[in-house]
Amino acid sequence: MLLRHTNKEIKPRKALTVNPAKTCQPIGAMYASLGIHNCLPHSHGSQGCCAYHRSALTRHYREPVMAATSSFTEGSSVFGGQANLVQAINTIFTTYEPDIIAVHTTCLSETIGDDVNQIAIKAVKDGKVPDGKHVIHASTPSYVGSHVTGFSNMTKAMAMYFSKSTGTPNGKFNIIPGYVEPSDMAEIKRLVKEMDINPILFPDTSNVLNGPMTGKYKMYPDGGVTAEELTATGDSIGTIALGAMASADAARALDTKWKVPCQVQDLPIGLAATDRFIDALRKAAGVSVPDSITRERGQLLDIITDMHQYFYGKKVALAGDPDHLIPLVEFLLSIDMMPVHIVTGTPGQDFEKRIREMTAHLPYTVNVKAAGDLFQLHQWIKNEPVDLLMANTYGKYMAKDDDIPFVRIGFPILDRVGHSYFPTVCYKGGMRLLEKILDVLLDRLDRDAPEESFELVL
Amino acid sequence: MSDTIKDTKTIRPGGVDTLDPEKIKKELLSRYPAKVARKRSNQIMVNKKDDTGKTPVMGANVRTVPGIITQRGCSYAGCKGVILGPTRDIVNITHGPIGCGFYSWLTRRNQTRTASDADDNYMPYCFSTDMQDKDIVFGGEKKLKAAVQEAYDIFKPKAISIFSTCPVGLIGDDVHAVASEMKEKLGINVFGFSCEGYKGVSQSAGHHIANNGIFKNVVGKDDSIKEADYKINLLGEYNIGGDGFEIDRILDDCGISVVSTYSGNSTYDQFANSHTADLNTVMCHRSINYVADMMEIKYGIPWIKINFIGGKSTAKSLRKIAGYFGEEEFIQRVEAVIEAEMPEVERVRLEVKKRCEGKVAMIFVGGSRAHHYQELFKEIGMRTISAGYEFAHRDDYEGRRVIPDIKIDADSRNIEELKIEKDDDKYRSRKTEAELAALKAKGFEFKDYKGMSVDMENDALLIDDISQYETEQLLKLYKPDLYCAGIKEKYAIQKSGIPMKQLHSYDSGGPYAGFKGAVNFYREIDRLVNSKVWDYLEAPWQTNPELSAKYGWE
Ligand code: SF4
Ligand code: SF4
Repeated sequence: MLLRHTNKEIKPRKALTVNPAKTCQPIGAMYASLGIHNCLPHSHGSQGCCAYHRSALTRHYREPVMAATSSFTEGSSVFGGQANLVQAINTIFTTYEPDIIAVHTTCLSETIGDDVNQIAIKAVKDGKVPDGKHVIHASTPSYVGSHVTGFSNMTKAMAMYFSKSTGTPNGKFNIIPGYVEPSDMAEIKRLVKEMDINPILFPDTSNVLNGPMTGKYKMYPDGGVTAEELTATGDSIGTIALGAMASADAARALDTKWKVPCQVQDLPIGLAATDRFIDALRKAAGVSVPDSITRERGQLLDIITDMHQYFYGKKVALAGDPDHLIPLVEFLLSIDMMPVHIVTGTPGQDFEKRIREMTAHLPYTVNVKAAGDLFQLHQWIKNEPVDLLMANTYGKYMAKDDDIPFVRIGFPILDRVGHSYFPTVCYKGGMRLLEKILDVLLDRLDRDAPEESFELVL
Repeated sequence: MSDTIKDTKTIRPGGVDTLDPEKIKKELLSRYPAKVARKRSNQIMVNKKDDTGKTPVMGANVRTVPGIITQRGCSYAGCKGVILGPTRDIVNITHGPIGCGFYSWLTRRNQTRTASDADDNYMPYCFSTDMQDKDIVFGGEKKLKAAVQEAYDIFKPKAISIFSTCPVGLIGDDVHAVASEMKEKLGINVFGFSCEGYKGVSQSAGHHIANNGIFKNVVGKDDSIKEADYKINLLGEYNIGGDGFEIDRILDDCGISVVSTYSGNSTYDQFANSHTADLNTVMCHRSINYVADMMEIKYGIPWIKINFIGGKSTAKSLRKIAGYFGEEEFIQRVEAVIEAEMPEVERVRLEVKKRCEGKVAMIFVGGSRAHHYQELFKEIGMRTISAGYEFAHRDDYEGRRVIPDIKIDADSRNIEELKIEKDDDKYRSRKTEAELAALKAKGFEFKDYKGMSVDMENDALLIDDISQYETEQLLKLYKPDLYCAGIKEKYAIQKSGIPMKQLHSYDSGGPYAGFKGAVNFYREIDRLVNSKVWDYLEAPWQTNPELSAKYGWE
């Protein structure tokens, strides 16, 4: 047994987290920064955080992830990191030549109380920021929230730093795709364009973290939202933010600052959430939904009807981020699966409330926890076994020990490919999710079938 | 890029030797701001060996310039991740916000094997106090105490250790006080590490803090003497990809008994008993040579440097161990093992060598692997024309003879040096003065490591703490056949069309140590440098973009 110390007996814990279902703010900020064109993320703290964040993102995407660090020493941790950051800005612009440096803080610089805004102003005054180049920053203390909070903070920071209003609307829509994969961002963009809507999608990691193999390394890949596009967000007709935790703050900030009206939607995972997203786009832009999209929807529904018997009544345990789990649980419910244990490491009351509302009609009470961990999820599973586990790669230890069919979702996925290339959002993504779920459920059925009832056709 | 070096494509495959390393060095420094270039220039050396084997001074173990994209991590990573990570039966609690603990959870591929499920193994678990803002503001000691208590109540481990992350030192939490209080209360060993990430300049500081902690808090707690001949400790072997298992297999065949491994596949009890071994063998000099020194002073265990990377090095290391114990029968047994193992190693080596001969590699990792792996490349006819360490010190480049000359700077000063004295009760001379003298007279070398530089060609480029920018330049200028580094460098190199081998995680491969490991490595390198995939980089319409006037089928 891998997790041999995990047993059924649940003892209360107040202080000890075991097998977390979240990670820290800066990695989310770093990921968001990579979705800006010609931008180098910068970690203002000791170099270990930066090394960890880069390694984790690299393992997940199998792509280069570049970021610099202020390399704090004991001295900087006592006297503050201003000198380090100013020197870093100079070194970066001279050596790595980005257009933008996106600085996020770490627990250390936050605890010290470094004022990155002041330091950035000083760097400009000292002539360390070449003309036309930018230093943006977000405060991302990891003792608040989670990686999702960091993504949200950096997304808000990029909008606030660049956006301007010329007073002339540009006819575009801001779309904030949420903390999703490059493939998902591309898929969201494709559908928006298919509806004849001109989007500014930010951040946009497509063509950054799912780049091609060409034999030529580009430190700044082709993708990413540009500074010009970010500047134009203040002139957009409206903003649609996908995923409340990751995207709402940026959308609301644009609303407050430039009166760009916003709507916050769930991430378009599964049938109903995608329906709401497409419908919101349709109404906001005053366009009609093209048949091509309705056809994709119909295909998703077709799989559901064709294979409904295999979904029906299957118990599911899930771990992931709130923005993902809310529509995903809704999707599973809509195909008559039974989510029974649901955990996110990210704190926040709304999550439990929404899941409870969504599952209120069920004949049983779901186990749901925000600021929970995988140890807790596993103990719940030990007490009430499930037919399917959906979690990031760390879930495979539970899946192996307890022989549970397992679908990888969320971050990080360290042992499979696909997530950066194939979306799980919108109708096509819903189809992919169902394919994945069916694959593991039917493989299990085949594996366990006695020979006399081993079926050719399922 | 400046024009010091023109199109190098025409130079290759005429040979890397047509490139002037001094010019390359200049090229590498040309883009940096002047101050940065000055600093980096002390860490880029063109190798020159004199008659005595002396090599140029390397400015190692110094701070990374802020803004440089570095390979390095932090002291916490070195302490919790590297040294204590592979010990399976201690509950390792990270005291800090969630990230540090999360990233060091199962990501280092340390393998471990227990006799049964009844044995403790906490390695698949991540324990953290997940500090919140109120803990930062009001202090986290209370939460830490509660976390230790909960860990004890739920898991009942034989020991609990606590690792400090950056904010901990700053807010003044005293992890050592908490540890002693809880040790008293729970009646099990509880100890803390002040391995905040800003200590020192790299992981190396963390290795030191970890090893000191184990030495102070665990070593010497169990005096029982194992019934076995030829008892050794294997220091600085972390069982990545099963390396340690392969070494254990060979040692077992030879009749050598491993009292403890620091720290691959290790347990608390092994450390507690490690002072009873009769010889310390040091694999990774950087991460642990000081433990060998301390054990020698306190307990009388002599140490030798060994290397189980490479078929020949493995044989040589076994002979060295046999020579130390010196009994003829034992020497014969070791020879028999070597004789049984080597034919397969040789068979594969010669087969692979045909396809790899003359190719060039670069290695930029760690504190010992950049050196050790050159052996394996040599065995298949490949040259390592540029190499460097991520977190090593001068002695790892230039050999232990420079240790007295190493200046202690502010960053090293804050890493505790233990004052070690002979333990009158537990000290035991393993060899008489006469025996030691006889061994030395035969050319047997104790506590010696001559460093990496002396084993490299003249004109090879040695680069300490290489930056991303320098890596890219090296690739452009030399176009090596293979580049070895870590996960953060991996894909930038591969995207440049150059095969890349990770020598931290082995890209999920291994083992590469010992005899079987050598065979695995030869095959792996053969796969990498002779793969067809690199021929597909361009699509047919890119190699031949002219449009034909006619349709193909006309
Ligand atoms: S110190 Fe904070 S920012 Fe750095 S890895 Fe740890 S939790 Fe993340
Ligand atoms: S916060 Fe400090 S201890 Fe944690 S990863 Fe960052 S540098 Fe290392």
